[in-house]
Amino acid sequence: MTRLIRFAPLLALVVAAASPVLLPVYQVEVITYVMIATIACLGLVLMTGIAGMVSFGQAAFVGLGAYVSGYLSTRLGCSAWIGLVGAVMTAGVVAGLIGAVTVRMSGHYLALTTLCFGISFYFLVGNSEMLGRFNGLTGIAPVSVGGFDLRSERQGYYLALVTIVLVMAWCRQLLASRTGRVLRSLRSGPAIAETFGANAYLYRLMAFVLAAVISSIAGWLYAHVQRFLSPTPFGLTASIDYLFMTVIGGSSQLWGALLGASLVTIIKHELQDLLKFVFGPTTRLELLVFAAIMIVVLQKARKGLWPLLEQRIAPKAAPTLDIEPMILPHRRPKPEHGLTVVTASHLERRFGGLVAVDDISFHVKSGEILGILGPNGAGKTTLFNLISGALSPSQGELSFLGAPLLRASARDMCRRGLSRTFQHAALVQDMTLLENVAIGATHLGRCGLFANSLRLDRTEERQLLGWSRHLLDRVGLADKAFELAGNLSLGHQRLLEIARALAADPVLLLLDEPAAGLRMNEKVALAELLAELRCEGLAIVLVEHDMDFVFRLADRLMVMNFGRRIAYGRPDDVRADSGVQEAYLGAAA
Amino acid sequence: MNTDVALILLQDGLVSGAVYVLLATALVLVFSVTRVVFVPQGDLVAFTALTLSAFEAGQPPGTVWILIVAAAIALALDVIEAVRLRDRLHATRSLLRFGLVPTVIVMAALFLVPKTAPLAWKMAVSAALIACLGPLIYRIVFQPLAAASPLVLLIAAVAAHLGLSSIGLHVFGAEGVRTEGFSGAPFALFGMIVTPQAVGVLASSVTVVTALYVFFRFSLRGRALLAAAHNRRGAEIVGISTVAAGRTVFLLTGIAAAISGLLIGPTTTLYYDSGFLLGLKGFVGAIVGGMAVYPLAAAGALLVGTVEAFASFWASAYRDVIVFLVIIPVLFWRSVSTVAPEDGLE
Repeated sequence: MTRLIRFAPLLALVVAAASPVLLPVYQVEVITYVMIATIACLGLVLMTGIAGMVSFGQAAFVGLGAYVSGYLSTRLGCSAWIGLVGAVMTAGVVAGLIGAVTVRMSGHYLALTTLCFGISFYFLVGNSEMLGRFNGLTGIAPVSVGGFDLRSERQGYYLALVTIVLVMAWCRQLLASRTGRVLRSLRSGPAIAETFGANAYLYRLMAFVLAAVISSIAGWLYAHVQRFLSPTPFGLTASIDYLFMTVIGGSSQLWGALLGASLVTIIKHELQDLLKFVFGPTTRLELLVFAAIMIVVLQKARKGLWPLLEQRIAPKAAPTLDIEPMILPHRRPKPEHGLTVVTASHLERRFGGLVAVDDISFHVKSGEILGILGPNGAGKTTLFNLISGALSPSQGELSFLGAPLLRASARDMCRRGLSRTFQHAALVQDMTLLENVAIGATHLGRCGLFANSLRLDRTEERQLLGWSRHLLDRVGLADKAFELAGNLSLGHQRLLEIARALAADPVLLLLDEPAAGLRMNEKVALAELLAELRCEGLAIVLVEHDMDFVFRLADRLMVMNFGRRIAYGRPDDVRADSGVQEAYLGAAA
Repeated sequence: MNTDVALILLQDGLVSGAVYVLLATALVLVFSVTRVVFVPQGDLVAFTALTLSAFEAGQPPGTVWILIVAAAIALALDVIEAVRLRDRLHATRSLLRFGLVPTVIVMAALFLVPKTAPLAWKMAVSAALIACLGPLIYRIVFQPLAAASPLVLLIAAVAAHLGLSSIGLHVFGAEGVRTEGFSGAPFALFGMIVTPQAVGVLASSVTVVTALYVFFRFSLRGRALLAAAHNRRGAEIVGISTVAAGRTVFLLTGIAAAISGLLIGPTTTLYYDSGFLLGLKGFVGAIVGGMAVYPLAAAGALLVGTVEAFASFWASAYRDVIVFLVIIPVLFWRSVSTVAPEDGLE
């Protein structure tokens, strides 16, 4: 059975290749349309399901591709292949401009902007003399391969089939790569990407532009298969259709696009016939049914139908890759033991009238663990954010490896050798453990979109994944490397976060409550791991509530209360400090 | 263009702008309390005019059927929930809220609005029908999605719009309507010819926006809503029900939509699907205010109305294009001034 499922895509391809010969022309046309819609939806999967941005204007990008190529063909007599280049480039540039303005802001701005763009595109094209107004463009040349014109419906079908296979293969390849891993982390917000050295804004922009480009390919296909264009199939209704297809099918998986496009097209078709029969020819009640399906899907199965189907037919995906654990060849030279990594002097951070961090000085050396203790609201997290570059200090100085830190972003800090974990584990739930760890190594890779798309990245991928595998071994999660991060227990999630932080090959590791939620034996294992890392020369700063854990592990401790440092020194001295006893146990303990 | 034309256009712009102000205010209100970008707002506006027009023609409006179906679904959902929780009080309240109230309004619409009834009564019943739809839409579509991200809610809102406009075509038909307006002769004011309609629209818009302001500023219920808007969990902890907050705010937005519909009905021909563009223009105004600041949103909405009036004079075919492309520079400005990013899909 499992073997059968592995060959399912191949089987589907064979069926798809054979069907035009067996089916009537009308159905061949419908399937061709489904394939074109699927390509547009693949763009939306990248953008919506993967990178967490919603577009209500995707049909406009389909239309942009279609009209650019249609114009080049009918008015300038260019071949369809030149049209393809023109379509892709125009869509890329337009999406780049719109995205540059909007992807920095909350998602609904982007969604509404795409909506406005979609409506504007429809009116612009409909009123443009050059593009034939609402009558459209006719007589678009067919795609020609080696002097042979693809004119008939069946030939159009094969063209669509080849295109969809290529686009699908490209998306798969891209999503499994270094670039893809960052894109996939964006859905839960920009924090993960930024912490590990990737510019979340640029990656969001990339997802938006890629979605537009893929949609424009769908448009190109539409123009040269249909060979007639009018603005109507690129209006707002079409955009909403594409989005709903994607969400109903399952926006986070590529196959969801195919499932959604097929289901929606077929249901709409059948339903339309039925409702027209019952309510007369002008009814559009099928849209009400469609809207109801959509709302129920959002309420009951937000991930769409593909994951449900996948569970049924393939309960557990077997790991297909065999990754050799390896140490990264070009690691950062570790600073010698005892070198000062971070120095803070008289650090202060205010929020309005509140002084969250008040006159704090400390330093951390390599091969040392500094524990930071303090009751809730003591300013620990603010201090953490100051060190990691998430906040800049109001006053005081902070230096990292001898260089001053001024307004360094989290991204810069990652490149300079700082790595961190989050208080609330921030993992990409639907990625494997191995891939989650590999996100940590993002800034150690070089291959970008281009190399990742064309598989020029194999050596690098082997290194990054091997290195991630090695780190999973170290934290004791190697046997789960191919499981999804969402299935882990809280304790294991924390270990995975540490592995990911280590993947960035840091000099300084910031751990925010790593022992919270861990069981006793897990705490012991974590303490052993941290001690080992210390021996290797890592500097570690640890915020923790578990006193036993910190006192046993830390070389030095700093205790904070109300933003101030109330004790600083070796654990035994701190334990004996009267100020600390007062803060924790009340006066005169 | 001479000054006279410019003044007329400006007046036109301010009048439609005043309606967009109402819509923008309601949109900001709903968004800040529930994180829903309420796209169907515009549909409710168009439906109000269509309802009033049916009363004027002496027919029962199609809104009645929408209300009956929506109330039945909402009642079923709520009662099923009450039965599952074995909560008798909850069941009684549901029966009142989603059973009795819609029934009374539907009965009034069917039997108490003869063709000869005064315009004010027809308007009141139309407004009641539409306002009642607000909380019903909340119950059916958004209440089960309360914990979802703004993007999911936005998709649901678009689905709701799609459903409403499809049912709108079914019950109202494809013909457009123009309702009766404030009567009276135009008069001169500071050298401008002013119609009573324009004055009525501006005055009503200002009244409603002021009333909303007073409600939020000074009433306990309004302040509770603001608390729910500010911090959902915090509000729940101090005993403010976010479900009740959502319902109230959807009732308010239903009322605002109904008033907008009554105001805009006489000035332009409305079809079952005209609402979407109206709502979208309200949005553009709301976006200028960052979906959060009421006075800015109102200013933005006035700007939209004015831009639209001038655009329709110069390049009427591109009227809507110009209005929607106006937001791109606004967004650019906001994107430069915004630092903190934002939410994902989860």
